[in-house]
Amino acid sequence: MVTKFKTTIAALAASTILATSAFAGELVINTDTSDPAPKAAFEQLIADFEAANPDITVKWNLFDHEGYKTSIRNFLTADAPDLANWYAGNRMLPYVNAGLFEDVTDVWDDNGLNETLASAAGSMTIDGKKWGVPYTYYQWGVYYRKDIFEANNIDVPTNWDQFKAAGATLTAAGVTPITIGTKYLWTAGGVFDYLNLRTNGYEFHMALTKGEVEWTDPRVVDTMNNWKELIDADFFLENHTSYSWQEALAPMVAGDAAMYIMGNFAVAPLREAGLSDDQLGFFQFPLINPDVPLAEEAPTDTLHIPANASNKEDARKFLAFLATADAQTKINETLGQLPIHKDATVGDDKFLQAGYAMLSATDGGIAQFFDRDAPAEMAKIGMEGFQEFMVKPERLDAILARLEKTRQRVYK
Amino acid sequence: MSASRASRFNQRSLAPVLFLAPAVLFFMFYVIFPIFQSIQISLYDWDGLGAKTYVGIDNYVELMDDEAFYTSLKNNVIWLVLYMLAIPAGLFIALFLNQTVFGMRLYKSLFFFPFVISQVVVGLVFTWFYDPSYGLLNVILGWFSLGPVAILGDETWVTYGIIFAGLWPQTAYCMILYITGLNAVDPEQIEAGRLDNAKGWNMLRYIILPQLKPATFIAIVVTVIGALRSFDLVSIMTAGGPWGSSRVLAYYMYEKAFSEYGFRMGYGAAIAVVLFLIMMIYITVFLVKMYRDEKGH
Repeated sequence: MVTKFKTTIAALAASTILATSAFAGELVINTDTSDPAPKAAFEQLIADFEAANPDITVKWNLFDHEGYKTSIRNFLTADAPDLANWYAGNRMLPYVNAGLFEDVTDVWDDNGLNETLASAAGSMTIDGKKWGVPYTYYQWGVYYRKDIFEANNIDVPTNWDQFKAAGATLTAAGVTPITIGTKYLWTAGGVFDYLNLRTNGYEFHMALTKGEVEWTDPRVVDTMNNWKELIDADFFLENHTSYSWQEALAPMVAGDAAMYIMGNFAVAPLREAGLSDDQLGFFQFPLINPDVPLAEEAPTDTLHIPANASNKEDARKFLAFLATADAQTKINETLGQLPIHKDATVGDDKFLQAGYAMLSATDGGIAQFFDRDAPAEMAKIGMEGFQEFMVKPERLDAILARLEKTRQRVYK
Repeated sequence: MSASRASRFNQRSLAPVLFLAPAVLFFMFYVIFPIFQSIQISLYDWDGLGAKTYVGIDNYVELMDDEAFYTSLKNNVIWLVLYMLAIPAGLFIALFLNQTVFGMRLYKSLFFFPFVISQVVVGLVFTWFYDPSYGLLNVILGWFSLGPVAILGDETWVTYGIIFAGLWPQTAYCMILYITGLNAVDPEQIEAGRLDNAKGWNMLRYIILPQLKPATFIAIVVTVIGALRSFDLVSIMTAGGPWGSSRVLAYYMYEKAFSEYGFRMGYGAAIAVVLFLIMMIYITVFLVKMYRDEKGH
């Protein structure tokens, strides 16, 4: 107990040292983009911005992923940078409510972003105001081993029956249909999102994550029963609770599993592990309920001005720069993701093109992700419930009752 | 004359105070003060950012109705009981190593090694050991056509799996305590015992163990504290999973207060207070015993 408090104090001290306050003409940016591609993308972006604005020097503090999630709370209150990256949707709500993010509606209005970034406007709006600028998003869907599908004469499934049939063929051939690693829970959230979006549609899914619908609702039970069909048919990798999402890539690379319900960031490690584009494919999660329009999952990453920032003027310039078509084209080319700006060019990678085509045609709605749409606590207990359900489907009633109890407390 | 008497008085009464002051101040600031602060925070609803709302004992009421809390509490009890195995195991290894053979220092160091390396390393080593597809454990089980078992992915086995990993360094710790204790065993008493025909178990039970009592006492104390503050291994090996079934109170507190999906400082503090009360039982026993021993001298 005592050590925990010491750690917090140490973390607080560390973040204070990192984010020393800026003087005029200096712009301090904190990001957690420490993986190779995001890091290179930001390096490039900052260099371009400095070239365009020679009077501004950017001071960039790079944080590691996990540490950032806790340090952002410290530096937003204690010693704020001028810009910080975060995520759209409900994930930014606590900071907006606590008055720690600056209202940047003016940046949107002055630069015509309401038109050019229209697709992400909804997820950046809280109380009718805009709280940041989105710069990238990526599609979710089913990544699959094309060669294994072809070897077993399976066509890309477009509806639920075909999907189940494909799984049955794969199982008969000794291949696990879907690989997944649920050790860190969120991967199960992605599967739930898609099943619920396909079974009950976008409106219902959003109402559920906003806490407006009971978890014991029969429509949620429908979603879970669809899930149970897959579990009972041995769709998912055995012992998935022991693996992280990266570890679960291994069976797919080895050819022991054929599909992965994932975000586009899974492509890079799969390629690195030696899969060629002839072996690897992408398809949209198949239709389940023909009455609901297809909705997709596409998490958006964003940049914000902390309310306590000292150089808000230059920070606004940076946001406007980040919102241009050129900047978004360039940064997303390095990231291997999709730009938000409607005139930006999408990289000619086949997965990016597939994702772009799919998302542009989506009329059902675009969800962020379970842990971004639902408040943190609900998300945690929810995803834990999904993980438990995937191993012990017979406990469905107890799990839903627990989620409902949490809902009643969290959203009050 | 009077000046020197005054300075002697100062030396006697002031010096201890001065020497104790830094330790006492730090202890007050880092240990005593946070205890009271935790108790205070546990009465509020607070996300660590915004305003605190006073909620009285609501956090505790919620805790009483929280499945995850009882899972953590149950696991803490399992930890407490099974962690005690480190004491006989440590004693056994200490007795085994308490002989004069060539290279004994090397063997002692090797046995002590797990205590020196970080708990994080211990956790990782055992995570790989248990890995259902490539782990050594399942390779060995495979030889007997058993398994594979996903120890860390199964709610029935996960806590035992983690405790087993924890016993590795803890046994080394108890071993070193006993080795030190064995050095202080009086050879004359052993000699006398031999004359009275005591050997094997009787020798251990009636001659050696009573002399190892101080070492046993310390071993029990550090093992109890170690079991109650088990956190690193749970965090590294399972992050509390699967579905929260390997959580212990310390980890649950961390999850609620500081983790990515947490930031309920009041609720976390309430868990910490409960954990503190449990520890308090042992601390009290320890203090009473210390006080009695000191008084006896």
